[in-house]
Amino acid sequence: MSDQDTTTLPEGTTDTDAQDQSDIFNGTGQAGLRNARSSDGNDVRAIPAFVFGEELADLADVDPRVVVLTADLARANRAVDFAERHPDRFFNVGIAEKNMITVAAGLASCGYVPFAATFASFAALLGCEQIRTDCAYPQMPVRVVGHHSGISMGFYGTSHHSPEDLGIMRTIADLTVVCATDAQHLRALLRASLDHPAAMYLRLGRGRDRDVYDEVPELTIGKAITVRPGKDLTIIATGSEVEPSLRAAESLAAEGHDVSVLDMFTISPLDTEAVLSAAARTGAVLTVEEANVTNGLGTAVAECLFQSGLGQPVRFRKLGIPDAYVPVGPPAALYAHYGLDAAGITKTAKEMLR
Amino acid sequence: MRHREEPRDTEPDLAHLQDRARFIRSETVRLAAIAGAGHYTSVFSIAEILSTLYYRQLHLDPQDPRDPDRDRVVLSKGHAAIGLYPVLADLGYFDPTLLDTYTRLGSPFGDHPDMKKVPGIDFSSGSLGHGLSIGVGMALGARLASRSYRTWVLLGDAELNEGQVWEAAMSAAHFGLGNLVALIDNNQLGIDGMTRDTMAVEPLRERFESFGWEVQRVDGHDVPALLAAYDALPGTSHTAPQAIIADTVKGRGVRAMEYSPDWHVGNLVGEDYDDVMAEIAAGLKPLEARS
Repeated sequence: MSDQDTTTLPEGTTDTDAQDQSDIFNGTGQAGLRNARSSDGNDVRAIPAFVFGEELADLADVDPRVVVLTADLARANRAVDFAERHPDRFFNVGIAEKNMITVAAGLASCGYVPFAATFASFAALLGCEQIRTDCAYPQMPVRVVGHHSGISMGFYGTSHHSPEDLGIMRTIADLTVVCATDAQHLRALLRASLDHPAAMYLRLGRGRDRDVYDEVPELTIGKAITVRPGKDLTIIATGSEVEPSLRAAESLAAEGHDVSVLDMFTISPLDTEAVLSAAARTGAVLTVEEANVTNGLGTAVAECLFQSGLGQPVRFRKLGIPDAYVPVGPPAALYAHYGLDAAGITKTAKEMLR
Repeated sequence: MRHREEPRDTEPDLAHLQDRARFIRSETVRLAAIAGAGHYTSVFSIAEILSTLYYRQLHLDPQDPRDPDRDRVVLSKGHAAIGLYPVLADLGYFDPTLLDTYTRLGSPFGDHPDMKKVPGIDFSSGSLGHGLSIGVGMALGARLASRSYRTWVLLGDAELNEGQVWEAAMSAAHFGLGNLVALIDNNQLGIDGMTRDTMAVEPLRERFESFGWEVQRVDGHDVPALLAAYDALPGTSHTAPQAIIADTVKGRGVRAMEYSPDWHVGNLVGEDYDDVMAEIAAGLKPLEARS
């Protein structure tokens, strides 16, 4: 980043925030990932987007069905790590996302399990009809991977933001929608996806998400993971918001509040059992997502609660991105702007705990 | 159609292939009457193409619809499925009496084909512009598995307005997919009128050649010419994708429908139904000169 760029940053943000985005296109960054730090100065070790190619290459070593496609973003999503080890099973279609997704469907019809990766804004919005008509409807085991999702592309602006993807993907029948929480979780998701019968939309962050899981978690697609138990309030979070939700729960614990955090990594089909049991146990539910609050995780949870006939009142709020275009800014500044960082989540949770 | 083990040295039975083209047209009229509407003319332009492919050219085994070595067919112009279902039934993929449920509630047979419901359909279609990309995936799949099957994609000329077709065309050449054939039903009509008036797609040969394809151009209603084009295709290890531009007439075989945009979807009833069936049974007549 040039000095000139940093002079245009919003007040209160730092030079480091700008550098947070320097790695997006070449997948390594000028600063070098080993030295990467998030805007609040913490080491950033878990890089979900960047284990993507490496993990798939490992899986492909033993599973001949695995193939990978991308649309001129092999460095951004580290599909290059797959391409180096399995060049014959890697297809870069150039800047042609619709072709990529439909070609993947054709490969899937021949018995392959294709992972087709591009920025979430292009995968889910530009490729929406291809995902519906060519992957989900004919039940092809295509894994459309939307990385750098939500507002994680920060100052690249609305064309590169995907707050809408969860809401759109959630309404497609026979499409499993999952969000990666961190690097280890992404490995678990990729492994679990191999024999999953339906088409999938895998939502990844920007490769700067901090660790939630110390090791590859045991998971079942469609089942939430309780990452922290509690009895006063349940935070149901997904993807990039699980980690700040955990930090919020920790700071609330210091003030005497016992807050539970669920990693609701599967958006569709929703784990309604986990939602209802959390609501019954704590009587208060806060959903947190890096997505438009119209029809995302919060809406799914609200639908579940309202239709359940739960015999008790439940306090409910959803935290996410309002139904309006997102201003330009470094990601960390945007998360703070929307109250989607640990401090913001803590503030909203406290309002519910009063 | 023949089983892939069967030798290919017999002479084609031209009269039988022409008869099957008439069968495709008449079955389309019969099924459209069940639905009360049907894509007559989009099938009539490809009747000879379907007949020559399915009754002579393709390596298929109706007893084993998922044979991994079978030739693949993508009906990218999925609205012509009404003409393909009777062929699949006739070849033994399913009981022909099932066709009597065409478009009725819960039927496997809709206006556009569903691969999960109809044996012999290699991919679901209906949204124009997707099929060539599906074919690229299938052709890549053949290469990866070292299989020698061919992938055939049947597209309409007006469908070539879709940008994704050209994304797929670019990628087929880039990936060296000589095992992929795009069959263009150049019937010259979209829904709103002549393709050249709505959104011109010519010069087709030059456009495909400039995308790295090898191109043949034939009369799409001439059975021997179609067979010769198939015979002239290079082996599947060839690296240039293959286009066959079939010059056809939308509505061919029923005079009132030829070149008519009014019959893209229609419903024949009463005497009209009987007259059209009789005209189809009599076989193709020379085209009338057009202004």
